[in-house]
Amino acid sequence: MPLTRPYSRDQRATIVFGMLAFVLMLVFLQLWLLTATMNAYLGGDESVIWPAAAASLVCLALNAGLWRYLVRMELARS
Amino acid sequence: MSAEHDPRHPIDARVDTPQREGLTGTAPTSLYRPIVDAEEITRAPDGRPLVEQPKWRRDFPIDTPQDLYVARRDFMKFMVMTSLAFTVGQFWIAGQNWLRRRRGAPELKKIASLAELPVGAAITFLYPEPGDRCILVRPAADVVVAFSQQCTHLSCAVIPQPEQNRLFCPCHEGAFDLQSGRPIAGPPNRPLTRVLLDVRGGDVYASGIELRTV
Repeated sequence: MPLTRPYSRDQRATIVFGMLAFVLMLVFLQLWLLTATMNAYLGGDESVIWPAAAASLVCLALNAGLWRYLVRMELARS
Repeated sequence: MSAEHDPRHPIDARVDTPQREGLTGTAPTSLYRPIVDAEEITRAPDGRPLVEQPKWRRDFPIDTPQDLYVARRDFMKFMVMTSLAFTVGQFWIAGQNWLRRRRGAPELKKIASLAELPVGAAITFLYPEPGDRCILVRPAADVVVAFSQQCTHLSCAVIPQPEQNRLFCPCHEGAFDLQSGRPIAGPPNRPLTRVLLDVRGGDVYASGIELRTV
């Protein structure tokens, strides 16, 4: 559904703050996943590698979706 | 009322409330006074007008809310790129694991004979790949153990100390149990990679490696 309503600057700033909070949580989760997976890989534990990669991919998809929303919000303003 | 209203003069909800219809000139004058100069782009963080701001802020006008918005937006973009990098790292690990499985089990390799290795002595050897340095230790007459020489903390070379029954990493003073390879002191939290040994007719062979997380 296209964004048609332009937000004011203060509204956009609030939206960016909210999205940034989610993005930071997801990035920290990914960092933890990466270190835990590397530790498991170096220790020969292969069982967590693909589930962790899938979880990281989901986090990336969520982050990319939020970023896409921000870009579309900027386009709706102009 | 709305049907009769002149569209050229929009209704101001603060003035044209149902009780105030037709009452012109009764609104406070402050209502029509511009709060902020239209040419004043600087909106200071404290909200006070520009004339009340210090001179440095008047000389270097910055649209603070816009600056804040752009900074957070670009930081979010950087975080999304970081997220992409972490995901690439996850799949890089998966690729490395696939390559490791593809290499299969390492071959049997003779590394020493017991006659050349007195009790308390140690030698280094390369196994299973030419870049993988390992260490063989004979702490007792009937015991030989071998581990990767790379510390599991930051890959420094560990030094055997059979008299203290440990392998010592001098970089950050980490230590591993000489019999099991498990960490007993310092920052390492993962055991050393163990080299599986096979003693045949007085010769010591490396027959595989054992990776461990605990």
